Amino acid sequence: MGIGLSAQGVNMNRLPGWDKHSYGYHGDDGHSFCSSGTGQPYGPTFTTGDVIGCCVNLINNTCFYTKNGHSLGIAFTDLPPNLYPTVGLQTPGEVVDANFGQHPFVFDIEDYMREWRTKIQAQIDRFPIGDREGEWQTMIQKMVSSYLVHHGYCATAEAFARSTDQTVLEELASIKNRQRIQKLVLAGRMGEAIETTQQLYPSLLERNPNLLFALKVRQFIEMVNGTDSEVRCLGGHSPKSQDSYPVSPRSFSSPSMSPSHGMNIHNLATGKGSSTHFSGFESSCSNGVISNKAHQSYCHSKHTTTSLNVPELNNINVSRSQQVNSYSSNDVDMETDHYSNGVAETSSNGFLNGSSKHDHEMEECDTEMEVDSSQLRRQLCGGSQAAIERMIHFGRELQAMSEQLRRECGKNTANKKMLKDAFSLLAYSDPWSSPVGNQLDPIQREPVCSVLNSAILETHNLPKQPPLALAMGQASQCLGLMARSGIGSCAFATVEDYLH
Amino acid sequence: MASCVLEAPLRMSVLSEVTASSRHYVDRLFDLDPQKVLQGVIDMKNAVIGNNKQKANLIVLGAVPRLLYLLQQETSSTELRTECAVVLGSLAMGTENNVKSLLDCHIIPALLQGLLSPDLKFIEACLRCLRTIFISPVTPEDLLYTDATVISHLMALLSRSRYTQEYICQIFSHCCKGPDHQTILFNHGAVQNIAHLLVSTSYKVRMQALKCFSVLAFENPQVSMTLVNVSVDGELLPQIFVKMLQRDKPIEMQLTSAKCLTSMCRAGAIRTDDSCIVLKTLPCLVRMCSKERLLEERVEGAETLAYLIETDVELQRIASITDHLIVMLADYFKYPSSVSAITDIKRLDHDLKHAHELRQAAFKLYASLGANDEDIRKKIIETENMMDRIVNGLSESSIKVRLAAVRCLHSLSRSVQQLRTSFQDHAVWKPLMKVLQNAPNEMLVVASSTLCNLLLEFSPSKEPILESGAIELLCSLTQSENLALRVNGIWALMNMAFQAEQKIKSDILRGLSTEQLFQLLSDSDVNVLMKTLGLLRNLLSTRPHIDHIMSTHGKQIMQAVTLILEGEHNIEVKEQTLCILANIADGTTAKELIMTNDDILQKIKYYMSHSNAKLQLAAMFCISNLIWNEEEGSQERQDKLRDIGIVDILHKLSQSSDPNLCDKAKTALQQYLA
Repeated sequence: MGIGLSAQGVNMNRLPGWDKHSYGYHGDDGHSFCSSGTGQPYGPTFTTGDVIGCCVNLINNTCFYTKNGHSLGIAFTDLPPNLYPTVGLQTPGEVVDANFGQHPFVFDIEDYMREWRTKIQAQIDRFPIGDREGEWQTMIQKMVSSYLVHHGYCATAEAFARSTDQTVLEELASIKNRQRIQKLVLAGRMGEAIETTQQLYPSLLERNPNLLFALKVRQFIEMVNGTDSEVRCLGGHSPKSQDSYPVSPRSFSSPSMSPSHGMNIHNLATGKGSSTHFSGFESSCSNGVISNKAHQSYCHSKHTTTSLNVPELNNINVSRSQQVNSYSSNDVDMETDHYSNGVAETSSNGFLNGSSKHDHEMEECDTEMEVDSSQLRRQLCGGSQAAIERMIHFGRELQAMSEQLRRECGKNTANKKMLKDAFSLLAYSDPWSSPVGNQLDPIQREPVCSVLNSAILETHNLPKQPPLALAMGQASQCLGLMARSGIGSCAFATVEDYLH
Repeated sequence: MASCVLEAPLRMSVLSEVTASSRHYVDRLFDLDPQKVLQGVIDMKNAVIGNNKQKANLIVLGAVPRLLYLLQQETSSTELRTECAVVLGSLAMGTENNVKSLLDCHIIPALLQGLLSPDLKFIEACLRCLRTIFISPVTPEDLLYTDATVISHLMALLSRSRYTQEYICQIFSHCCKGPDHQTILFNHGAVQNIAHLLVSTSYKVRMQALKCFSVLAFENPQVSMTLVNVSVDGELLPQIFVKMLQRDKPIEMQLTSAKCLTSMCRAGAIRTDDSCIVLKTLPCLVRMCSKERLLEERVEGAETLAYLIETDVELQRIASITDHLIVMLADYFKYPSSVSAITDIKRLDHDLKHAHELRQAAFKLYASLGANDEDIRKKIIETENMMDRIVNGLSESSIKVRLAAVRCLHSLSRSVQQLRTSFQDHAVWKPLMKVLQNAPNEMLVVASSTLCNLLLEFSPSKEPILESGAIELLCSLTQSENLALRVNGIWALMNMAFQAEQKIKSDILRGLSTEQLFQLLSDSDVNVLMKTLGLLRNLLSTRPHIDHIMSTHGKQIMQAVTLILEGEHNIEVKEQTLCILANIADGTTAKELIMTNDDILQKIKYYMSHSNAKLQLAAMFCISNLIWNEEEGSQERQDKLRDIGIVDILHKLSQSSDPNLCDKAKTALQQYLA
């Protein structure tokens, strides 16, 4: 009997190891066969009742066998990719039980994987960074600073720049302007946001008709929601309750936010004066790098539950899907959150999470529940007839704008879909609990906000994405690429592990 | 700009440090103002950190006695006393000479006295300093045990803080050398006091606690048997140790917990087939032998593994197939490598330092691996250049390597096949005989044991060994105070005499001298007695030899035989003695020595009716040989024996239920009929 590995197309009528791209360990003589008819002395012989394990290490492309739970040492090195487990039987009546992890392995594969995980992480930790002294630290500080500036945390950015001897590229006033606009968007006051943008950056929206359209569609949604300024002044809601970002810190905190972050927000929201700014700076810094414990353990459990004898292969699959998820959430979740009292703001760090789809959905549920409890009766446009009429009118304008856009710039499916989704809200008696109701979720303001922010920055010749986000996106992409190229070590490295 | 102004005074103080002599620091310790003294000590602390030259200067200038004085003064503030302990600790961190100077000033009693203070910071500073001193190789560990109250006080301090825990455990693990120390610490409740530190949140505490257990349990059955039943937070210690073996744990931790489990297994506290040994400890130790590990770790791993599997053939078999261990060990002989010699002096130095340790560890592990299983021995010997390495090892300058090489050779010499082939091809007897010259007892025991195997009759080495003067050497071993050496000496002579030619036998007898032979026959050890009788029996085989030896030594031998048959000995000894008599009875002229000795004849008669069948059978051999028909004078002998009642007994025995006795008796009776 021979146990081993074969590539696709290897002759299935011969024992593994005898032919090209075929590898085997034979029970009769205990020899290993590396694509050759002559074996090398490898291990003990094996026979009825023995449990033989075959483990392929996709990190260093080696293979070792185990007999009754004892590792016999490396049998093959420099293995090609895409090998399949193979068992060759020669004697009539031979029986083999195969275990691909459905039962616990006799050999402690978990322990072996722990060692490799540690090795990979040590390799990353010891990766040489810049030779010249201080260079690395300066670069890190620049990244943090640019991140703060990008998202308009001007007080924090100022304090950080001061303590690290850096200059902020953008003028303070400009940061504050962006901050004002973002605040309006995140509060759902789209009309004011558009107006302010047009005031401060006169040609911006003219040059970006698609952006203007997206903002207007959002404005329409906010009208339905009853939050946009144009309908709110017509409605009966007290401005105060609608003014701030209408969710508690808990509900807008994204999955990977640490509890301490939530507490911070309280501090910042209530505090005033420079001392508060400073503490805000400190905690914001730490928030930027502390990732949620629960989320980490979620990642770990995903790795550890994989217990096939070809573990890395599986882990790659897992990690690949994770990477894809996290990347898509980068796009969606990149946002800034603001507090209406103006000085204190913080990030929800949405793009730091790399959260999986699953997490994300859970989060949405959370938010909706929050809305339910705070607004017991939700009414279209805040329940005002005048507001509804204004909304309908605005909808017609929007329709006209869409047609004009199509004439001028050609078909745009994204725009078309956006408008269709927004209008669909009116088809339901209770838009909030309709299939398209998630548009009304305040968290949906964040992508709009982010796009607008990037557009403003671009007009200043500043990057539309902060370098920190770029670096993380690139790292995630690299890991995905490694997985696709069969570089096994990526299974034991995730960007999240380093966001603490 | 503002920051520049702030920095200026600091720069000046740095400048003054450089220019001022060390004398200044010492002078300040004598200031009348206690506040200035404190500042002086603090400045001294900052000056000596990492500065070995400064440390040596201060010691020469007499800072130590003054610091100790300040540390012991009741009137000193706690802060001052603490800073003094910190400075002393810093001085101890320097060279070994520093530590010696501190010891000369009786620093240990002063620091131990300090531990009685109520102030935790001060206690921690004292412990830290004590730790540094005790882990130095120049400090005699006995200093810890001079006052019995010290240990119990240290045990009590274990609950104070994570620092007291770390330092005390480190002191214990360095000062616990041998069973006496183990017992003292054990009796002071070390196991209970330290066990819960294994789950401390501090890695350093966990590690030092683990080290404590590894030294406490080493070759100590009492501690090992206790450990197995201790639990912390509902988890038994063996389980905790197994968790510390996990492959993502630091190597130091894996190795040390493997040592703990090994000690417990060897003490019988954990079965050798327990999965925590077979599937955890053993594979972990094999991994420690891999090329990826540091040289020190590989040495320790191999030695511990050798100890773990030494007496259990199943563990030997598992280890032999795990991760190509046998091949992996061959790498231990490749230091210093030829590459390191050329490219890197530092590496060469490092390699050289560990080369001996590596080789002896590999030999030890090979010895354990090959102790019982013939297939494993074959695999070991087939490893590249194995026999050459052993032969070289036998003549190395390091006694540790020589000893380990002999152990390895001894283990492999248990193989009949290897004795006939590779042992002969490599003439291992030559270096072995050399090792036996003027060697310490420990070495002689193993070497002579190996020689025993090489002298077996089928061994081709037998001849050359004899020619190189082995008889003299072995005879001298039989006079040793050391029991194992006496056994091995006489054992080797016994093997040598088996089916040997006349000359060798005479040489042995001459070399041994009859006095020594009698001495050995009255040896208090039954093993020595048995092997001596075995030697006699081998000497007295084939008729011409029997007659020759009996003609020269007959009187003494008969005396000795009588003595033993009369003495209080076990069945095996008596049986062996009767067999000697049977051999003598086989001689032509020697027969008469029995026939003319009524005393002996009565004894033979007695044993024919003994309750033990083995003795009866042996006595019957004598009778058969005496009455055998075809030999000259058989008639007279038959008559004489009939007269003393032998025939009656033979009749009785021919009715025996034991088929052997029955057959033998019938054959004997037939001699009378013919």
